[in-house]
Amino acid sequence: MTFQLTQIDFQTILPSMIMFGMGMVVLLLETLRRSGSTTPLAVVSLLSLAAAGYASAVQLGWGGQGFSGSVIADDFSLAFNLVFVTATALVILISIPYLEKSGLKYGEYYALLLFATGGMMVMGSSLDLLMIFVGLEILSISSYILCGMLRADVRSNESAMKYFLLGAFATGFLLYGMVMIYGATGTIHLRKIGAALAQPEMYSNPYIWFGMGLLIVGFGFKLALAPFHMWTPDVYEGAPTAVTAFLSVGPKAAGFAALIRVMIEGLGRMHNEWDMVFWVLAALTMTLGNVVAIQQNNIKRMLAYSSIAHAGYILAALVVATEEGLGAILFYSLVYVFMNIGVFAILILAATPKNERLTFDDYKGFGYVSPLLGLAMFVFMLSMMGIPLTGGFVGKFQIFKAVVDQGYIWLAIVGVLNSVVSVYYYLRIVVVMYMQPQDSKSINEKPAFSLPLAVAITASLAGVVFLGILPAGWMEFSSHSVSVLVASF
Amino acid sequence: MTETLWLIPALPLLGFLLNGLAGRWLGKTFVSLVGPGMVGVSFILSLMVFQEMLSAPGMSITQHLYPWIEAGSFKVPVDFTVDRLSGLFLLIVTGVGFVIHVFAVGYMAHEEGFARFFAYLNLFVFFMLVLVLGSSLLLLFVGWEGVGLCSYLLIGYYYTKDSAASAAKKAFVFNRVGDFGFIAASLILFSVFGTLEMATINRMAPETLALGGGLATAITLLLFLGATGKSAQIPLYVWLPDAMEGPTPVSALIHAATMVTAGLYLLARMSHLFVLAPFTMSVVAVIGLMTALVAATIAVAQYDIKRVLAYSTVSQLGYMFLAMGVGAFGAGIFHVMTHAFFKALLFLGSGSVINALHHEQDMRKMGSLLKKMPITGYTFIIGALAISGFPLLSGFYSKDEVLWNAYSSSAGSTLYWVVGALTAVLTAFYMFRAVGMTFFGKSNVAHPEKVKESPLVMTIPLMVLAALAVAGGWVGIPASQGELFGIPHVLEHYFDGFFAVIPVSGHHSHGTELLLMLAVTTLGLLAMWGGYTLFSKHRERAAALREKFLPLHKVLAGKYFIDELYDRVVTRPVHWVSERVLWKIVDVKIIDGTVNGTALATRQLGGLLRKTQNGIIENYAVGMVLGCVAILAYLVF
Repeated sequence: MTFQLTQIDFQTILPSMIMFGMGMVVLLLETLRRSGSTTPLAVVSLLSLAAAGYASAVQLGWGGQGFSGSVIADDFSLAFNLVFVTATALVILISIPYLEKSGLKYGEYYALLLFATGGMMVMGSSLDLLMIFVGLEILSISSYILCGMLRADVRSNESAMKYFLLGAFATGFLLYGMVMIYGATGTIHLRKIGAALAQPEMYSNPYIWFGMGLLIVGFGFKLALAPFHMWTPDVYEGAPTAVTAFLSVGPKAAGFAALIRVMIEGLGRMHNEWDMVFWVLAALTMTLGNVVAIQQNNIKRMLAYSSIAHAGYILAALVVATEEGLGAILFYSLVYVFMNIGVFAILILAATPKNERLTFDDYKGFGYVSPLLGLAMFVFMLSMMGIPLTGGFVGKFQIFKAVVDQGYIWLAIVGVLNSVVSVYYYLRIVVVMYMQPQDSKSINEKPAFSLPLAVAITASLAGVVFLGILPAGWMEFSSHSVSVLVASF
Repeated sequence: MTETLWLIPALPLLGFLLNGLAGRWLGKTFVSLVGPGMVGVSFILSLMVFQEMLSAPGMSITQHLYPWIEAGSFKVPVDFTVDRLSGLFLLIVTGVGFVIHVFAVGYMAHEEGFARFFAYLNLFVFFMLVLVLGSSLLLLFVGWEGVGLCSYLLIGYYYTKDSAASAAKKAFVFNRVGDFGFIAASLILFSVFGTLEMATINRMAPETLALGGGLATAITLLLFLGATGKSAQIPLYVWLPDAMEGPTPVSALIHAATMVTAGLYLLARMSHLFVLAPFTMSVVAVIGLMTALVAATIAVAQYDIKRVLAYSTVSQLGYMFLAMGVGAFGAGIFHVMTHAFFKALLFLGSGSVINALHHEQDMRKMGSLLKKMPITGYTFIIGALAISGFPLLSGFYSKDEVLWNAYSSSAGSTLYWVVGALTAVLTAFYMFRAVGMTFFGKSNVAHPEKVKESPLVMTIPLMVLAALAVAGGWVGIPASQGELFGIPHVLEHYFDGFFAVIPVSGHHSHGTELLLMLAVTTLGLLAMWGGYTLFSKHRERAAALREKFLPLHKVLAGKYFIDELYDRVVTRPVHWVSERVLWKIVDVKIIDGTVNGTALATRQLGGLLRKTQNGIIENYAVGMVLGCVAILAYLVF
C-alpha cells in the first residue's frame, strides 16, 4: 500500500497544524528570551489562535477529508475549533497577569496551551479511533504539565501527579475499548464501524459491548462524569488558577466533541442500548456535582464541582442524540466558556501574590469595593443558575427541551431540580458580595486594573449577555453544524 | 400605538440605566425626577394603548419585536401583546407603580443609596411589564425571574441587617422551587403543542388535551406549583412575611400590589388549560382557601404592623386563588385589582407611620396617632374598611364576588363559602385590631411630641390610593344590587368570552346572593367593631383574652412553627447529607491548607507519593472500577 499525501490532506489539519507549529515557535522564542516578561510570547500565542480561528472560519462549509478519511474538516469540527480558540484565547488573556502574580516565568506555559489546543482540534476532527486517541493524549500530556507548573507549590504537584496517574489509568480503559471495537468490526474508522454495525450478528459479539463500555468509562474520566470524577476537585484546586479555568472549559468541550463523533457516527446504531447508560451518568453527575458544591468553602473547589454538574447537563443532551440536542451541546459549550472563564478572570484579578483570595469570606462586601466587578460576577452567577436574559438560561432550556421532546421526561425533571439546587451555592457568592459587610480579612481594596483581564471579563460578559438576548444566530449555526454528522441510525 | 408598545417597558429600563449608572453623580433631584417620571410616562402610554386595545379587532394588540430563540422547530419570538387581561395589569402596574414611586421619593429621602433604590425599582417595573406583556410563556418567564431578582435585591436593600440578607435569600430560593414547576410545565407544553405562545396553547388546548386527563392535570399542577412560589401560597408562602425586611414602598409595590399577583396572572392567562383539569382546579381552590384561613389566623397574633399586612396579603392572595379554583377567573382578577389599591394604600400608610416613628414597627409602641397624623390615619382607616368589606367600598364588591362564586359555581361548595366568610370576618378583626393599636387608644409612643404628619409627597399618594380604594370596586357592582338602581356590571362584560368557562349547574337567585352578602357584612362589621374596641379602649380585656388562650396565641404568634419545620425537615437534612455523607466520602482532600518552602514541599511530595501509592488514589480507582463494572454489566448482560 502506498500513501500519497496531497494538499487537501494538509488543508484538513490546517488549524491544528497552526497550533502545533506556533507552539514550536513559542518554545524557540522562549529559549531566546533571556529575562523579562513572558507577555510577548502570550501575544504571539494570541495571534496564532487568531490565525487558527481564521483558518477554521474560512473552511466552513467545506467538509473535506484527509489522510485516507481519518480526518475531516466539516462544520462540526470547525465550529468546535471556534469554541476551542475562543476558550484558549480567553485563558491566555487571564494567564498574563496570573503568571506575573504567581511569579511563573516559564514561556513553555503558552506553548503547552497551544499544543493542548491543537490536540483538542485533532479530537474534534477525527473520524477514526486512533486519531482521537492521539489528539486526546496530546491534550492530556500538555494538561498534566500545565497542572504542575507551580513547581514550588505542593498542591500543584499533587494536582499534576494525581491527574497523571488517574489519567493513565483512564487511557488504559479507552485504548482497551478501542481495541475491542476494532477486534469486533475490523476497522477503526468511525463511519465504517457504523456500517459494520448494520449487520445484526454484530450484536451477539461481546467485544462490541465490552468495547463500548470501556470507551464510555474512558470518556467518563476525561469528562469528569460521576463516578469517574473523583480526580477533578483535587486537580482543579491544586492546579494554577488559570490552568483550572482552561481545564474546566477547553478539554471538556473537546471531550464532548470526540464523544459525539464516537457515539453518533460510530455507535449511533446502538443508541437504544447506550442511551440509558448516559441517562444514569448524566443524572448522577449533575446531582453529585450540585449537592457537594453546596458544602464548599473554597470558590475554586466549588467551581470544580460546578463544572462537574455542568458536564452532567450537557451529557443529558447527548442522551437524546437528536440534532437539536447535539446542537444544544455546542451552544452550551460556548456559553460555558464565557461564564466560567469570566468567573476565573475575576478571581485572578482579585488575587494578590500573597493571598489567592479563594474563600467565600474574602468576597464580603466585594460588590461595594468594586461595583463593576461585582456586577460582572453577579451576571456570571445568574448565567450559571440559568436565569433568563443570560446565555445560561437559553442553553439549559434548549437542552431540557430537547430531552423532553424525546420523551425522557424524568431526566429533564432531574435536571431542572438540579438547577434549583445549584441556585443555593451560586447565590452564596452574590449574598456574600452584596449582603455581608466587609471585614478586616476580606478584600478591602479595589483590584488594580489589568488590561488583559479587563478584556477577558468584558468579552465574557458580552458573550454571556449576547447569547442570552440574541441567541438565534449561534443557535442556528450550532444545529446546522451538527447536521453534517453522519449518524449511523 | 402598536409600534410604540415596546416603549412602555423600555422607559423604566431607561430609568434603571440612568439611575443605576449615573444616578450617584447626578444627585437626588435628578433621580427623583427620572425614577417616578419614567413610570409615569409609561402609565400615560398604557392608558393610550388600553384605549386602543378596547377598539382593536379581537380586543388584542401585538407588537413583534425580534426572533429571540430560533433553532429548528423551536421558535420563541419577542412579542408583546396587550389584551383585556394584560391591559388591566398594565394599568395596575404602571398606575399603582407610579404612585408608589412618588411616595418613595419622600420615604427614602434620608436613606443611603437613593439612586440604587430607584434603579432597582425601575428595573422591577420593567420586568413586571415584560411579564405582563410577553405573549409566550418563555418571555413571561423572563419577567417572572426578573421580578424575582429585583425582589431579591430590594428585600436585601438594608443588607447590613442580617435578617434582611437571609430574608432575601429565602425569597429567592423558595421562588426557585416554584420555578421548577414553571420550567417543567413549559417543557411539557412545548412538546405537546409545539409552541409556547400562550394564545395558541389556549386555543388548541380543548382539542389537544383530554378533559380531566393525566397530562392536563400534570401540566396545570406544575404551573400551579410555580404560582404558589411567586404568589406565596401553601407550601411556599413563608418567604413573603420575611420579605417585609425590605423598605416599605417595596412591600407595597412588589409584595402586595404587583409581583405576588403574577401567579394569579399565570393562572388567568392559561385559564383554558386549567379548566381541562378539574382536579387541579380543586387543588387550587383548596390551597387558596387553606392559605387564606391560615394566614388570617396568624395575622391576628402579630405585633409588627408590616407583618400583619404581609400575612393579610398572603391571605388575600389565597382568596384570589379560591376564586380561580372555582372557575371565577374574572372575580379573581377583580380582587387582584381592588387589592392592589387598598393593600398598597395600607402598606404606604404603615410606611408613613414607620417613618414618623423612626423605624418603629411594633404596634405595641404606637397608639393614638390619628390626631398627630390625620391624613395617614384616615386614609389607613379607609384602606382597612375596604379590605374588611365595608359596604360600598371596593373590597366589598370584589370580596363579595369571590365568595358568591365560591358558593354558586358548579365547582364551588357551601364549605368554601363558610371558610371564606370566616376568613373575611378574621380579616375585619385583625385589620381593626391594627387600626385600634396604631391610631387609637392610649399612646405608647416613645417621643410623642416629635411625631408629625408626613410631607405631601407621601400623603398625596395616600389620598390617591384612598380614592381608588373607595371607588375602584364600582366597576364590579353585582347584578343583584346593580339591577335595583340600573347600574351595569361593567367588569362582568369586560371579560366576556375571554376566560374559559366552567358550566354552571343549577340556578341561584339574586335573593340568595343578597342574603349571603348580608350575613358576611354583618359579621364583618361586628368583627371590625370588636377589633377596634378591644385594642383601643379596652386593651386590658384583650390582654386577659390572650392570657386565657395562651397556648393558642403562642401557636399563632409562632406562625404555626412552619419555618422551624422547614428548617428541621429540609434545610438541615440537606446540609447534613452534603456535609457528613457526601463531603466525607466523596470529597476527601489529602492536603488542606498551604505549605510554603521548596524543601518542605519536596519532602511533602515524597510523603504524598507514598500516600498516593498506599491509599487514597487507590480509592479513587476503586470508584472508577466499580462504575466500569456497573456499565459493563448493564451493557453485556
